[in-house]
Order: sequence, then structure tokens, then C-alpha cells
Amino acid sequence: MKKKAKKVFQEGPIAASFVGESIAKHQSKTSIGAHSIFMGQVRADEINGKTVCAINYSAYEEMAEKEFYNLREETFEKFELSCMHIHHSLGKVNVGEICLFVFVSAKHRKVVFEALEFLVEEIKTRIPIFGKEIFEDDSQTWKVNT
Amino acid sequence: MNLKIKYFGMIAEITGKKEENLVSEIGDTEEITQLLALKYPAMENLEYKIAVDQEIILSKQNLTEKSVIALLPPFSGG
Repeated sequence: MKKKAKKVFQEGPIAASFVGESIAKHQSKTSIGAHSIFMGQVRADEINGKTVCAINYSAYEEMAEKEFYNLREETFEKFELSCMHIHHSLGKVNVGEICLFVFVSAKHRKVVFEALEFLVEEIKTRIPIFGKEIFEDDSQTWKVNT
Repeated sequence: MNLKIKYFGMIAEITGKKEENLVSEIGDTEEITQLLALKYPAMENLEYKIAVDQEIILSKQNLTEKSVIALLPPFSGG
């Protein structure tokens, strides 16, 4: 199934209400029997005695949108999904707020678990997004995915 | 040759700019690494990937005047 390119990035955190509305939009799609959702939340890590209070995200946007598009196509080929939605924040996201929202739906449950894990891992390693952790004293450090 | 190079994340901080045009005799991506390490000593031991025309390159690649080069530090999305 071919899907058109959708914009992934949005400025600032992803609201819990947005997640709820996304779920509600699928109630009319009655061939779906299983949804799976991943949300990445900014964690108050302690680094060298200082606590993270936010992450400021930037990206090579043109390349990232292209990679997201390729990843969507690959995922639709690999897994039998009905739909797939990916949203990622740019700019400042405070601790406790959502910076990544991945939502997959299919007829049955098994495929949504597998597809979701695949997508999240690929997003972390393939997409040129750069997060800078901001501490309570305004000092900053660049984050690296492990 | 006139090359356009984009910088991201901590690399943009080191260079103090998001992109620049370099006029030089550079013909491939290895020469870019050498030139930038001379221009910005802080980049010498830094881990980064090079993308040419939005594709990450895995080995040395020849460049043309139209190539868009991007230097990408480790990713931290999600």
C-alpha cells in the first residue's frame, strides 16, 4: 500500500490530547482490530550531578522527512499494517512531555507490536535528529542515542 | 570548486554557522574531513557522518559542484 508523504515534525511537545484525537479518528476504520502506540517522553536524567529539565531538538529536516518517508514505505512493505503515523517534536520539550509519537494499526495484534518496535528502533538510528539536553542551571550538553 | 556544506548539532556550534561555501580543490569526501579538521581543530576527534545529497555515505565519494554536503553528529531523536 502506497501512502503519500506526511509531515512528521511539529514545533514543541506533542500534547496528550493530540494522541487522544488521533485514536478517536480511527474509530471509523472498522477493519482495524489492533492499535499500538509508542510515546517517547523527555526524562529528567542526572548527568554529573545536574538534572536535565528539557531537550531542544533540531534536525536536518529535508533529509529527515525523506528518511521518514522511506522508512514508512519499508515498514508498509515489511508488515501488514492498515495505517501508520509518526510525529516528532522540534524545538524545546520539557521533561515529562512527549517528543515522539508512533501509532500503528492493523487487523490483528501481533503485527502491530513487531512493526512498532521496528519503527522506533529505526527512527532512533536512521533519522538525523539532534537533541541538546538543557540543565536547570541553563548549561547544555548534546545527547547521543545508545 | 565551490562546495556548499551544512552543519548540524554540535558541529554547527563548533563552526559557529549552519552552512558555508568552501572554495577549494576538494574532489572527494575524505578531503573534506581533512580540510575541516585544519579549519576547525575541535572537529578532529569528533564522531560524525557525512551525507551527500541527503544520503549518508559509507565510503569515500567523489564530489561535484552541485553536491550538497552535510556533516551529521550522532543522532538523538526519540
